[in-house]
Amino acid sequence: MLLNQFLILSAVLFSIGVYGVLTRRNGVMVLMSIELILNSVNINLVAFAAFREAIPGEVFALFVIAVAAAEVGVGLAMVLLLYRNRRNIDLAGIDSMKG
Amino acid sequence: MASFFLSQIQGLDRLTSDEVLVAQNVFFALIALVMIFAALRMVTTENIVHAALYLVIVLAGAAGMFILLGAEFVAVTQILVYIGAIIVLFLFGIMLTKGSFGTEEGEFRERNQMAVLVGVLIVAVTSGSFIDSFRDAELSREAPSTTAEIGDTIFGQFIIPFEAISVLLLAALIGSVVIARRDL
Repeated sequence: MLLNQFLILSAVLFSIGVYGVLTRRNGVMVLMSIELILNSVNINLVAFAAFREAIPGEVFALFVIAVAAAEVGVGLAMVLLLYRNRRNIDLAGIDSMKG
Repeated sequence: MASFFLSQIQGLDRLTSDEVLVAQNVFFALIALVMIFAALRMVTTENIVHAALYLVIVLAGAAGMFILLGAEFVAVTQILVYIGAIIVLFLFGIMLTKGSFGTEEGEFRERNQMAVLVGVLIVAVTSGSFIDSFRDAELSREAPSTTAEIGDTIFGQFIIPFEAISVLLLAALIGSVVIARRDL
């Protein structure tokens, strides 16, 4: 297998995730798109770990998974708070900190 | 687990020519197509529960990719943490905020063109640089990395980051409780 096929797959998934972050207005959907982005990064890290036969790439992927779990926990708590205060989670309506 | 899959795959591998593992490439193409299709459906579907289920398909495909790459521990962690825990968290989040996104369709298409442009540009630039840098770089076909090696690396070379991650998880736990609780 070529290294490039994994790298290009992860680039495609990354850009699909960026598309989701840019277009969706639902807070939960944006968090899910961010998960997609982090996953494509993980594929990249593990592919390079297999390419260089180095374990630290895989360890870093595990760290990314842990940070993603923490991020989803805090992010969903924020979405719930938003829902409680505004009765919807439309991100386009949140502009109270706009300068 | 990965070695089992690899031996199964290599059993199928009668078509090997010039060090190209045909069976692995076939599996790669299959999983990659399913992943890209599911990811596209995930970001475009109007039904958010379906989006969560498409995300499950993408995450499972990523676990398959990790097995193809010989990273069995990362694949198992991916399934346990992502599909086991994070997706459940997302489904809870969807359940608790249900019925709040009736107006999504209206302006959903508004920023579409710009976002498509950004995505295509990201793919073009990164793929171009990858192809330029790693034109024929072959992945090594050595034995897959064992869990013992990963444990040695985490608790040896990466012990400080590991402790930092545990503190981060504690902070995220307390932080999400503080943010989401009503009477605090």
